[in-house]
This record gives sequence, structure tokens and C-alpha cells, in this order.
Amino acid sequence: MSENGIGQSVRRREDIRFITGAGQYTADISRPGQVYAVFVRSPHAHAKIKRIDIAAAEKAPGVVGIFTGKDLAADKIGGLICGWMIHSKDGSPMKAGAHPALATDKVRYAGDHVAVVIAESLDQARDAAELVSVDYQILPPAVRLADAQKPGQPQLHDEAPNNTVYEWHLGDKAAVEAAFAKATHRTKLELTNNRLVPNAIEPRAAIGEYDRGSGGYTLYTTSQNPHVARLVLSAFIGIAPENRLRVIAPDVGGGFGSKIFIYAEEVVCTWAAKKVGRPVKWVADRSESFLADAHGRDHITTAEAAMDASGKILALRVKTKANLGAYLSTFSSSVPTYLYAPLLSGQYDIPAIYCEVDGVYTNTAPVDAYRGAGRPEATFVVERLVEVAARELGKDPAEFRMHNFIRKFPHQTPVLSNYDAGNYAACMKMAAEAADYAGFSARKAKSAKQGKLRGIGFSAYIEACGIAPSKAVGSLGAGVGLWESAEIRVNATGTVEVLSGSHSHGQGHETTFAQLVSQRLGIPIEQVSIIHGDTDKVQMGMGTYGSRSAAVGMSAIFKALDKVIAKATKIAARCMEVPETNVDFTDGVFSARGSNKTMKFGEVALQAYVAHKFDTAEIEPGLKEAAFYDPTNFTFPSGVHIAEVEIDPDTGRTTIERWTAVDDFGNLINPMIVEGQVHGGVAQGIGQALLEQAVYDASGQLVTASYMDYCMPRASDLSSFDVAMTNTPCPSNPLGVKGCGEAGAIAAPAALINAITSALGHEDIAMPATPQAVWRASRPRREIAAE
Amino acid sequence: MYDFNYIRPKTLDEASRALQSEGAKVLAGGQTLIPSLKLRLNRVPMVIDLGGIGGLKRIEKQGNALIIGAMATHAEVATSTVVASAIPGMARLAETIGDPQVRNLGTIGGSIANNDPAADYPAAALALGARFKTTKRSVTADAHFRGLFATFDDDEILTEIAFPIPKRFAYAKFPNPASRFALVGVAVAETAAGIRVAVTGAGATGVFRASAMEAALAKSFAPTGLKDVRIDASNLTGDLHADAEYRAHLIKVMARRAVEACIG
Repeated sequence: MSENGIGQSVRRREDIRFITGAGQYTADISRPGQVYAVFVRSPHAHAKIKRIDIAAAEKAPGVVGIFTGKDLAADKIGGLICGWMIHSKDGSPMKAGAHPALATDKVRYAGDHVAVVIAESLDQARDAAELVSVDYQILPPAVRLADAQKPGQPQLHDEAPNNTVYEWHLGDKAAVEAAFAKATHRTKLELTNNRLVPNAIEPRAAIGEYDRGSGGYTLYTTSQNPHVARLVLSAFIGIAPENRLRVIAPDVGGGFGSKIFIYAEEVVCTWAAKKVGRPVKWVADRSESFLADAHGRDHITTAEAAMDASGKILALRVKTKANLGAYLSTFSSSVPTYLYAPLLSGQYDIPAIYCEVDGVYTNTAPVDAYRGAGRPEATFVVERLVEVAARELGKDPAEFRMHNFIRKFPHQTPVLSNYDAGNYAACMKMAAEAADYAGFSARKAKSAKQGKLRGIGFSAYIEACGIAPSKAVGSLGAGVGLWESAEIRVNATGTVEVLSGSHSHGQGHETTFAQLVSQRLGIPIEQVSIIHGDTDKVQMGMGTYGSRSAAVGMSAIFKALDKVIAKATKIAARCMEVPETNVDFTDGVFSARGSNKTMKFGEVALQAYVAHKFDTAEIEPGLKEAAFYDPTNFTFPSGVHIAEVEIDPDTGRTTIERWTAVDDFGNLINPMIVEGQVHGGVAQGIGQALLEQAVYDASGQLVTASYMDYCMPRASDLSSFDVAMTNTPCPSNPLGVKGCGEAGAIAAPAALINAITSALGHEDIAMPATPQAVWRASRPRREIAAE
Repeated sequence: MYDFNYIRPKTLDEASRALQSEGAKVLAGGQTLIPSLKLRLNRVPMVIDLGGIGGLKRIEKQGNALIIGAMATHAEVATSTVVASAIPGMARLAETIGDPQVRNLGTIGGSIANNDPAADYPAAALALGARFKTTKRSVTADAHFRGLFATFDDDEILTEIAFPIPKRFAYAKFPNPASRFALVGVAVAETAAGIRVAVTGAGATGVFRASAMEAALAKSFAPTGLKDVRIDASNLTGDLHADAEYRAHLIKVMARRAVEACIG
């Protein structure tokens, strides 16, 4: 095995660049003659635009252009789209209102885009933006998810009566009713999955540029999937034909899903570059990120489980309202439907499941995929239900889970998913041992002596990654296929460029992808470069999200490497003058069986380009191969996380005492990077459960619009994490990998809330479990009664 | 940030003269002013940077008082051996302010002059019965802290703070989970003038003295001494992170912890 090959914890090659300030982010890029865009945003959650007066602003120093929705409409620039069609129970297509890049008739959330001001300097653009006078007729807003569908509520879009985008369902309702009827125990929970702001460390940014000579546009942007951005900007929004639009996503500082989507600012900067004849640059400030990045989660759910006398789960019934915000973002419709309900079987053999989801418009920022996207919401439902069911039945939560685990694979759930492989009991046993579950009661007693409440909580999660088989998602309403592509360019000197449709914005692809190439071609990792994020260099690709880059992106590289090796073998055979079938390729050396003839990979690469030793009518010169890989199934990573907490009932402060994670991601490419992904995911999951919450007030103003009120997790809020793995290879892709980027964020919230409710001795606490909420929940009943 | 004029005077006289100009603002450590300028929440015609004036950073014991110059940073207070020996609880307070970046720039004078209702130093100043020396006068903390954002005159510069050295002093803070400002902070001092307790972060009108707790602790300076004290929530502030009732509860808990820390 190569020292930098698969399974080695190779240090991240890209980090030197990032940590020494040599990264090249969109904001670092300056184009000759660039001007600066500032967006005029709605201060109101809901209002009619009566008039926009730009006269004073136009006269301000340095202004080169001011545009509104009317200007976009006049150039026939289309609105933003949602790329996944969901059908309601009655078969009708979802009811989506228009989403213009700059509002025309109405604004629908505080932060909605009204106009763009472009000036020579950023400060001049800001000054002029303050002079744009918008005459609003303020309308009452529909802010609360729980109320937005009720009759008489303010209506956001004429197309969507009662603010209802769809009423979707999945599963067998009759079978679930029958199971509930014969159940001996039923558990019911009302759950809120709190709304989150993604908070990537790099705010979004865009530079649009138009070249008068070629008639081509270039967009530099903070994107997780530049090709999809190009496709949408071209085919649906109509900026330019695809072959006249280049999208570059350079170094990108985190996305967590929020940079999958195509945003108004990207449309406007690209279009406006031609209008003003100069490159147009926009960089979000943090306040804009809070207001106008697509938010995450935001569900309210009633969840029920039915059990028989032995404690076997017979059925689940789940009814969810999902907040989609004021407009449908690029993939928002799919997140609370097909990325959610198919995971409601968790790790359990549950014969019947029925889930209903209403997608709801409110006067808040659009909501879309955020680390985990639907799967954290599903896991929270399943793992809270299972925990509470076990407690109600007086059973040990670990044993109750073990009793209900799926043990035979493949396993067809009643909610579409077909789990290919797993070993859930092994994870549970390993995690319980690592967490010293047996010693918990002694630790709890010790805490009690010090006046503290100690609790322990499990989360046995499942997720579906490696999205996704194109035909399958197409049948469910996706507007795109979810394959991935790769191209391997072997140079004459034996160095290799890998062009990938995946996009790295923190994941470490420059290291892990190179490990695969180094191992398979038997060349030093230094000879391998990974190129991504530029539609002029890389052939069509689908980008990075849903923990798909290893399972799908690397499988495409794997497939392209097969082709490279096949062709190189042919060339080597001609050079060594032996039959192709006699040539073996191991550790970078082609050898002719039964002879002492060998050729190194680099020598074959040279011969491929000089083309002296083979018949070019039979074998084309050169060594460059491409592949498109379409997965045959989702992958199903799983694991068990165990949180142990201590609560100070005096203040309500929760301290995480231990965190144990045992995950099954299949084969690992780089264990260090995988562990890092688990750490980051758990930190975000703890953030959701304990600290983070996007709050709008009754008038639709975002109250938590800065770090003064929106609480991000800090190192001091966390404990050390005890991370281990089991490795059940994924059978559906050549590398046996599953995906690890979201697992922590999926597993952590339920584990933590289960631990907190275990400490409190009752279930009445919502996320985030802030000190105030925990203090209130931890007070003895008599104390509350006395007040 | 809107445009503004910037000057960096060499003397207090020069700074005071510049302050006569309409709307001019003094810049100490800039931990409040700069962010508010950057967010365009504040528009000032002139910023007078006190960083060029010598002699405003002294930390000395003088008689029975600890003198701290207005431009001493939180980090300097936190690490000063003079502070540590005179009022150790003051050094501990300083090391809990903000983060290292804030502590290396933010100043005690800036904190007291700005008097944010969730700032830490005003509680210490009030509990210790400090005296503020300015370019115009000398004023006690009791006289100064009357109401929300009690500030000095527009043409007045805080130059140093004199803290009478107490017998015992401690400050206990429960931080806002997001901002890490004091959700509730309680300073307890046993001084020559008796027991003094000051509360920050919780008052609807800023820092205040908790007279009921002072009376109770005068009878029994022990954690249990606070057992029967009732904190009235009606004058307390409430927000997303803590309503008035929770703050009232935290005042008692933090006061008890401060007393425990005093007793050691």
C-alpha cells in the first residue's frame, strides 16, 4: 500500500494555503475596473412596493448604475427556481409563487432584495443605497409556522392559498391505522426542530464580468456546485447560453448546504456586468448572511409510535409542518419530503410508517438544505420517540433499540429506502462500552451528591448519502440527475491532473482524491493535482452536498482511472512487445508476465504522448480519460452517539461531560479527515440542541441577526469527543465508502436532548435547551406552584 | 463606516479642546465605538483617539486605594501584580471580559464611560464605592450611576478610577450564551463603609445596588445569609436569553457565589 494511499491519515495538502492566508476566495479576487454592488433590502417582512425613487441616489458620487426588478423584467431575466417538483396527496403539483431576483410588486421577508446600487467604491455604493427611497404599503405578515395555514392569515403568494405549497405524504396510512389499533402502548411527542442560520465562515460573494469581445460572461461565486449554477443561470434565468457563461467557484470557506443554491445576488451581479460594462463585485457582510442566506430546519411535528407487549415497534405516524420561508429556494421542496420521510424507519425494523408533510410559506427568509438536510429532522423524530417509548415502557433505552434493530440486509423499509448493509448492534455495543454506560448510575449518584443532575442519551441514527441514483430521484420529482463526473489527464511527464465535478469547500478533496489516484496509479501524491470549481476547465458535474463526494465523486474518478489503466496497459503491451493479456499493473509498474520486461507508469505516459511505439490508427495518442458515474443506490451510513451531561439546576447550565461516537462510514479514505468531519458535525449538532436559534418577532424582524444574539457553539461549550468507527463496506460503490460529512449534525441533537431529558426526569424541553429553558424545566414542581 | 475626521492628540488639554467640536467622540479601546461605526449605527464627525496621550495607563496602589488609569486594558488589569495583591477579585473580573482580542484593546475607562448595562466594571466600581477622576471633576460611582447609560459630560474625559481597597471583594457572572456579556453579574464587597452589592446585566436602568442583599449580608456574611432575600423581578430587564424572573433568580445565585468566593 502506498504511504499516501487509501486508509492513510494523510495531512491535508490544502491547509498550508488556507492557514497561511494564501487561499483565493471570491472576496480576494479583484477584476480590472471592477465596481461594487450593494443591495437595497426590504426592512419589512411583508409590503407592497408602491414606488421606488432612485433620483437622489443616481446623483450620488461614484454611482454607475441602479437597477430594480423592472429592469430585470425588461431584459427578460427570469426568476429563481426550485428544482424539485413535489406533488400533493391529491396529485396536484406544488403551488409555487414567482421568485424574482429583485422584487417587483411585493417584498416577502425582511432582507428581500429590492434594488441594486453599483458604484465605483463600496462606501459610495453604501451611501447611495441609503438614498434609494422605497414607498412601501406595509402588509400584515404571516410569521409563525404554526399559524400560517389558518384561514384569514396574510397570504404571501396568490398561487398558494393558505400559504400551503404542498400537502405531501408517504407510506401506508391504512396499515399504520391498523397497527395503532392493535398496539398495547403508544408514545406521542410534539417536537420542534429549531430554525438555524448556516453561518459559513466565509460570507457569500459574487463577481459578475462581461467580455464584450466574446460576448461571454464570467461569474466568480461562493458555490458548492458551479455547474449547476451555470445550468440554472443559463437555462432558467436566461443570463446567457451555457457556452457563453463561465462559473468559477474558487476556494470556498464552508457551505453546509447554504452555498448549493442559486441566489439573487449571483443573478444580478452577472446580468449587471453587461449593463454597466464593468465587473460587478458583491461581498455579503455578516448581517446580510443572517438575513438572506437560506436558513435550515424549522419543522413542527407530531410524532407517534405504536408498540406491542414485547416492546416491538409496530408503526410510526408523523405529521410535520415545514417552514419553507417566503420563496422556494433551489432544493427547498425536497428537504422536508424526500430527504426526510424516507429516513423515518431509522435503524429499526418498523412494519408500517405514514408521514404527512405540509410545506408552508411564511414571511421569513427562504429555508433550504443545511448540513444533513431532512435527515437530522428525521433522526430527531425517530430517536426522541424511541427513547421516550423505552422510558415509558420501563425498558433500558439501549436494549429497547437493540430489540428493534434491523438485522438482515438488504432491508426494504416502508418509506422507500432500501438499506444495503449495516451492523447496528455492533455500533451500539461498542458505543455503550466506550461510554462506560454500565458505570453511568454511579456517576449520576455522584453528581446528585453535588446537587447536579446527570443524564445520558442515545442517538442511533441512519442517513442516506451518496445522492443519488438519477433515475430514482427523477421519478421523485428532481429536475436533475445526481451522477458525478471526473476526468483524468495524465501528462507526458507522468504527473496527473484530476478534474472533478465535486467541489471542495472544507472537505479536503485535494488530499483524499489524490490519495485514491496515488494508490491506483502507484505514483507519489505530489504528482497529483485536483482541479475543481471552474466550468471552463471541468466538464459538467453536479457538485458537493449530501455527503456525496466520496461515494459518487470518487467513484467517477475510480471509473476514469480504470479507463486510464486500461489504455496505459495497451500502450505498455505494445512498447514491451507482449500480448496485452500478459501485462500486469501493480504499484505503478507494468510488467510482462513470464518475462523480465517492466515499464513504470511515467514511462508509459511518455510513450502515450510521443506515440512512437504503437499504431496510432489502432490506439489514439495521449492518456486522458473521462467518466460519468451514476450510483445504483443511496449509501446508508449509521452509528450510535451517546451524550452524557450534567446540569446545574441553580443556573440551568448544561455541561457536556462525555461524547461518544461510533460511526459506520464503510471504508475510510483518510481516517483523520473523517474524524474531523465527525467533530465538526457534532459541534453543529450540539449548537442546534443547546445554543442556536433563529428567532423572528411577530412583525417578521429577525431578532437573532448577529452573534450578539445568535449563539454559535464555541470550543468552551463542547467536550472532548471520543470517536470510533466500525467499517461495514458499502456494497454499491467500488470504494465501499458511504459518506461522513453530515453524520455528527444528524446524530447529535437527539443524543443531547435525550441526555438532558434523562437528567431532568421529564420530556418537556425544546431545542435549543438554553440555560433559561433548562432552569425552568429543572425546577421542582412545588417551587413553580408556589409562585 | 461613514467618513469621519480622526485626530490623535498628545495631551489631555489638546483632547479636551478637540472635544468642544460638535459631535466629537472619544476613542479609547474602540470595542464599542468601532463596531457601531462599521455597522453605520453611529455617525460621528470626529474621533479623538486617546491612545497617544501618556500617563493614562498607570496601575498603582496609593494609600488605601487602587488607582487604575482609564486607558489600562482589561488584559493589563487582569495580569497586573498590583491589582492581584490589592483587589484580586478585580483581576479575575478583568480576565472574564470578552475574549483575548477584546481584552487586549478594551479599556477600563472605555467600559465605565460607555456604561453598557451588561458591562462588568460598573458593577465593581459601584460595589467598591469607586471614585472617577475626569478632566473636569471627581465623582463617586454612587453619584454617577444614576440611570441607563449614565455618561460623563460631552466635553469630559475620564482619566482614572480610584477603588478603595476592600477587605473582601468578588464578582460572579453568568454570561449571555451568545454575546458573553453579563446576563447577570453580581459584585460583592466588604468595605470600610459596610457590605456593598452591585448588580449588572439585569437592571432595566443599568447597574444598581441591591440593598436587601446588603442588609442581609451585613447581618451574616455567608452564602446562607441570602436565603430569605427576595429579588423583585419587576425592575429587571427581560430578553430572548433571560426573562426578568430568571434574571431575578440568577442574581441570588451569582450573589451567593460571589460571597462564597469572598470567603474563599
